[in-house]
Amino acid sequence: MSGRFILFILAFLVWLLLTFSLSWENLLVGGLVSLFVSFMTGDLFTKRPHIFKHLQRYFWFLIYIPVFIWECFKANVDVALRVIRPSLPIKPGIVKVTTSLKSETGLTFLANSITLTPGTLTVDVDKENGLLYVHWIDVKSKDVQKATQIIVRRFEKILTKIFE
Amino acid sequence: MLEVIGIVFIGIGLVFDLFGCLGLVRLPDVYNRLQAATKCVTFGTCSLLFGVFLILGFSPGGIKALLCIVFLLLTSPVSAHALARSSHKAGVKLWEGSVCDDYQN
Repeated sequence: MSGRFILFILAFLVWLLLTFSLSWENLLVGGLVSLFVSFMTGDLFTKRPHIFKHLQRYFWFLIYIPVFIWECFKANVDVALRVIRPSLPIKPGIVKVTTSLKSETGLTFLANSITLTPGTLTVDVDKENGLLYVHWIDVKSKDVQKATQIIVRRFEKILTKIFE
Repeated sequence: MLEVIGIVFIGIGLVFDLFGCLGLVRLPDVYNRLQAATKCVTFGTCSLLFGVFLILGFSPGGIKALLCIVFLLLTSPVSAHALARSSHKAGVKLWEGSVCDDYQN
């Protein structure tokens, strides 16, 4: 099981779902395109293909989805309420938070989750030192530790189990 | 029944999209505007697409709507991140009411 093979399966699956028909022309073209894509970009896709075999990672990913949707919903109501209030109650600033995640996929997912949840937007990632620069629409604490506690912790636990 | 739920989801999505646009106009600087643009618009559009999926069911259109949700969730934060980072690098100042800027170096 190499990274190329997994990428081929994923690409083919997406193709099948997009076209949603099982005629042989579709399968042939989809197969060829997926083969080409997986051959060209397979080594960019993942550096550690063996983690795709760990079933408990998929389980934690399934748990992660409802957690994420709930946080996302809260974020939206929060920002929407700020926007429609006439006094515009915002207190923006860029804070620094730390993370213990090391893998690139894990960091990407953490940054994306932060961007989509309550009033926070990832501006930059410092991979060597494990730092994230986050724009916060309502700064509750300028302290690195406290900000980390509020912003990062709720995702980090689950993401560590999925991607590390 | 599913159709009614789908229409409710589409309505919620439209309301959040509207709030996103409102935030884009009302908030003071680039970073705050990105907040409104990414969050409200992503969630609104996802909810809209989910409503479409509920109405169409497992048909070609419905499945495409589901796939669009996945693509949207993956790409929209990345583009917001790129925009915020590049505008900070290009020297766009934070709004004068901002409390702190730890990214200045």
